[in-house]
Amino acid sequence: MIFRRIFGIIPLIGCFALAACSKAGSTFLLPAGPIAAAQRAEFIQILGWTLVAIVPVFALVPVLLWRYRYRNRDARYAPDWDRSPLLEVLMWGVPLVIVTVLSVQLYRTTHELDPIKPIASDNPPLRVEAVGLDWKWLFIYPDLGIATINELAFPEKTSVALDLTTDTVMQSFLISALAGQIYTMPGMHTRLHVLADQPGEFEGENTQFNGTGFPQQKFRAIAMTPTAFESWVEEVRSDGQPLTAKHYGVLAQATTGATAQQQLGAKALSGGVLHFSSVDNDLFDEVLHRYMRGTPVPSANQPGAVGYDPQASTGEPNQ
Amino acid sequence: MSEHNLHPGLNLGARHGAAHEGAETILFGFWIFLMSDLVIFGLVFASYLTVANPTGAAGGPGPAEAFDLRSVFAQTVILLSSSLTFGFATLAMRHETGRRSIASWLIVTLFLGIGFLAMELRDFAHMIDVGAVPSRSGFWSAFWGLVPLHGVHVTVGCLWIVVMLIQLATLGLIPVVKMRVLRLGLYWHFLDLIWVGIFSIVYLGGQMR
Amino acid sequence: MIHTIFGRLDLSSLSLWRAIQDPTVSELVAAGAATAVLLGALVTVSLLTWFRLWGPLWRDWLTSVDHKRIGIMYCALALIMLARGVIEGVLMRTQQAFGLHGGFLTPDHFSQLFSTHGTIMIFFVAMPFIAGVINYVMPLQIGARDMAFPVMNQISLGLTATGAALVMISLVLGKFATGGWANYPPYTGSDFQPGPGPDYWIWSIVLAGIGTTLSGINFAVTLYKERAPGMTFLRMPIFCWTVICTSIIMIFALPPLTVAALMLAADRYLDFHFFTNDLGGNMMNYVNLFWLFGHPEVYLLVIPAYGIFSEVISTFSGKRIYGYMSMVYATMSIAVLSFCVWLHHFFTMGQSANINAAFGIASMAIAVPTGIKVYNWMATIFRGRVRMTVPMIYATGFFYLFVIGGLSGVMLANPVISYQVHNTLFLVAHFHNVIIPGVLFGLLAGYHYWFPKAFGFRLNEGWGRAAAYLWIAGFSFTFLPLYWLGLHGMPRRSATFSDPAFQPTLWLALFGAVLILAALTCLAVQLWVSIRDRDSLTVPLGDPWDGRSLEWSIPSPPPEYNFAMQPQVAARDDFAEAKTKSRAYTEPEEYEDIEMPNNTAIGMIICVCATLFGLALVFWMWWLAALSFLAIVLSITLPTFLTETTHVIPAAKIAAEHRAWLDKVKDASAVDRLEETQESNLGRALLERPTRIEAAE
Repeated sequence: MIFRRIFGIIPLIGCFALAACSKAGSTFLLPAGPIAAAQRAEFIQILGWTLVAIVPVFALVPVLLWRYRYRNRDARYAPDWDRSPLLEVLMWGVPLVIVTVLSVQLYRTTHELDPIKPIASDNPPLRVEAVGLDWKWLFIYPDLGIATINELAFPEKTSVALDLTTDTVMQSFLISALAGQIYTMPGMHTRLHVLADQPGEFEGENTQFNGTGFPQQKFRAIAMTPTAFESWVEEVRSDGQPLTAKHYGVLAQATTGATAQQQLGAKALSGGVLHFSSVDNDLFDEVLHRYMRGTPVPSANQPGAVGYDPQASTGEPNQ
Repeated sequence: MSEHNLHPGLNLGARHGAAHEGAETILFGFWIFLMSDLVIFGLVFASYLTVANPTGAAGGPGPAEAFDLRSVFAQTVILLSSSLTFGFATLAMRHETGRRSIASWLIVTLFLGIGFLAMELRDFAHMIDVGAVPSRSGFWSAFWGLVPLHGVHVTVGCLWIVVMLIQLATLGLIPVVKMRVLRLGLYWHFLDLIWVGIFSIVYLGGQMR
Repeated sequence: MIHTIFGRLDLSSLSLWRAIQDPTVSELVAAGAATAVLLGALVTVSLLTWFRLWGPLWRDWLTSVDHKRIGIMYCALALIMLARGVIEGVLMRTQQAFGLHGGFLTPDHFSQLFSTHGTIMIFFVAMPFIAGVINYVMPLQIGARDMAFPVMNQISLGLTATGAALVMISLVLGKFATGGWANYPPYTGSDFQPGPGPDYWIWSIVLAGIGTTLSGINFAVTLYKERAPGMTFLRMPIFCWTVICTSIIMIFALPPLTVAALMLAADRYLDFHFFTNDLGGNMMNYVNLFWLFGHPEVYLLVIPAYGIFSEVISTFSGKRIYGYMSMVYATMSIAVLSFCVWLHHFFTMGQSANINAAFGIASMAIAVPTGIKVYNWMATIFRGRVRMTVPMIYATGFFYLFVIGGLSGVMLANPVISYQVHNTLFLVAHFHNVIIPGVLFGLLAGYHYWFPKAFGFRLNEGWGRAAAYLWIAGFSFTFLPLYWLGLHGMPRRSATFSDPAFQPTLWLALFGAVLILAALTCLAVQLWVSIRDRDSLTVPLGDPWDGRSLEWSIPSPPPEYNFAMQPQVAARDDFAEAKTKSRAYTEPEEYEDIEMPNNTAIGMIICVCATLFGLALVFWMWWLAALSFLAIVLSITLPTFLTETTHVIPAAKIAAEHRAWLDKVKDASAVDRLEETQESNLGRALLERPTRIEAAE
């Protein structure tokens, strides 16, 4: 597509210039996976096509204002001129064509990049369950029997199938360098797939405001070589504590990861990261069904609520 | 202004002079208000439909335990008849058969309205007895957000009838009073329409689940 | 007993008390704001008493049902609230600029700031400003004497003021919501926010929202039923077309907001389960309802601004609007499409790709009619004679900045991009980019354009230019950098941040915010200077800009009855045509008595009672809620027993006033457009002849 190239070059340079100022791993403008790369390509294409409609405005407005300034008696003045078939066709036609092209493109990419679709890869996918808690993220590796707070490690070139929910108010899960965001909502289950092309560390975050600790709700997404990942799993198994119901009660309070580290007496890993050597396989489902049991759930039993009291909670997971 | 209709619905006719002409603007405005109110009801209906399922019911009582269809049918008959009697009141006004006949039709309508409300309250009391209360589930919240909203509208309508009866007595059949009766008529028929929706979607629909 | 009387109101609800107990910077800022509100009220009351203005204020303004005075009061309310909204914005920019490791505001205070800022800017700046301009201008443009329902118009204003009052009171008593202007549950449910904050939000927007719905009905009926003879739909100025669209949106889009907020109230007050986590509540319903309102709302605001730009660009180019029919079609299609796109506010909720694609394409489709409007305005300048007055400076800024907003809008309409930049500062930059250059610049252009009509004197041009340039620069510096931050994943609503790379950009944005503050100051100075120099700025003859529509054919300020005789409209841009065909400024053969509605205090009574009602509900003072509700019902019912609601202005009085004005018009010399902004411009325009006769075209 010669069009795409022409329209693509200038904004592409601009994007790189901008992105160069920021650190890698935090933006889809410096993508680390196929989804983010496709999103950047889409971004640049839209920019290019839309500029077709916008550049004339930028160029012509000053020309018109200067040419038809009041003092310029050489310019033609036609106060009753108010229509021109040719202009009319152009004015409706150009935006219509652009929007049609972009619509076709939109339909195609929306389906292609549907977050629910697994990403093609030679390696078997890795399942991870993510639970949004107030001001931290809990990641459960159901097939490995381990869990972490604020650290999502996975092997490179592997499709990570994320199942997401929240055990408090609504949140939104984003690893910009890898893929777009998806909401997590209480009692609801959303899905997202990410894949990293090579090892690297990327910033992940919650983008939906959920209280005073909101800006601290960040996590590290780390893509590793398969061997590094294996040793990471071993490390979590050996130096983590088990994720018991009591521990979960502490995590579910409205605190940041760093506070939870202190409360649980865990190693002071940077970024409020915690490791858990074992986890109940049903934890994600327990969280998902917390509000689906057909009985009222008082504030004291609602994680993240003002009156939440882990001790008072009945029917806590793992009990 | 000629005989032609100035606004949708029953027109008073040119004989009524200022009341007829004034109604053009005022009734048109009231139609628009009703459209807005209809959007409110539509959204509450939609919210109801999203929770009329086991998830929304959250293990609480279902429609079968709480609804008394015979009572609801009786309410339907009463409310629809009240629309008819209100129609007679409007016709009496249009054909100038006198204040007394307008007032008596309004009084009949008022009693039918109160009868409807009384039966509805009795049904509500029964629902509370079987635990079908808004704090029980999303489903009952939506029900209590929808059906009593209609009930509140009927209550306002009844109060409006009372005010109109007082104004008929004190002010007489002056143009502003005529225009208010016309608007009250639209309002009252509108409530019928909503009730038809409630009867079909909530009560009959609840039966089908 | 104390609890029965005061509900949950206690000493710790007073922000001043909190500041004494805990004098942190954050609490002191809050206490400062409370003091400013109290002092402002005190100073206003003392000034009114000192100059003995209570009587005139009550008689001429608060009880007036004149659409012109109500319009002015709306605008005054909007400008006062704008000052608070801008100050909050600057505070937030300052906090973020220093926010690398904490800043000076607590996160809780910061979240109140963004919640009030959003709520105020949308509901109590943009909406009342729009309603004010529509109120003032629309009846004059269609040749009407007043709104279709003058008393209801006053009630609408009263309810809008109620909402604004509640938000202001929240500075002094209690705290406002912290859930942003959208206040999504379950975060705003009683489990997570038991305090009065979300209740303040609920009651202020519910009460103001009812007022807006009533306004919409009023505008629509006025446009449909009160047009002057000959003023067919296709002869109406474009502004009036935009008002039709806006009022349709007001009528249909405000109910979802009312429903959503009242359901949230039912959850919070009556233990309902519409949106709770447990027992089958579903927060997604709230999100849908809110945006079913929220998206049309954006068009509710911007469409009249398009109308204002149409008037301004056409007038200051001395030329008809290009492509009138295209404009009408474009406006109507935007209004219809605005109801079909709400889902693009939550592409990331996990629905199927087909749904996302459908809503994405619908959202992008809006770019077509919007683009056409921009091209039409450019074609209006083509072969015109442009004067770069203050409104045209705003229009130029609008051309440039608004299309950038359109560009980012097309991006956000695409689910694939939205997945990345949703909830980030990219989004914040986008909607400010649409609302400031689009809505606010339009309103400020309209303010400058119609001010001489409303008050009989022009606004100072120099300060106006300074304000306009500062707004344009301030906007660009503040918000264009936010696009960059958003693309790099900085979430909106963050009190603090951890990436040092963001810091220089946030400083740049703070610099822009300071420019905006300067722009606001220039507006205030401009108003002051113009009032001071009003004698040299006076335009009593009513047509300072060589206007084209009916409002310029009457004196400035217009008399209570607007038109001495009902205008007979023969063409589009009727007054411009009348001036070329020398049928402007004619004296009718005979004058008629005019019947006008009487003043009434209903609006004010409802405003006071509704404020008490809202406050009582926020603080659980049930007795007061019941009492004030009863008072509202009575103040609506009892006046219907009054039969003398109009007064007659005798023909002789009208004739005398009108003839006196016509004499002045005849005596005055018409000025050309070079003198437009000079003292010699008394409001009579010299006819501008086309350069060539265009018989062929």
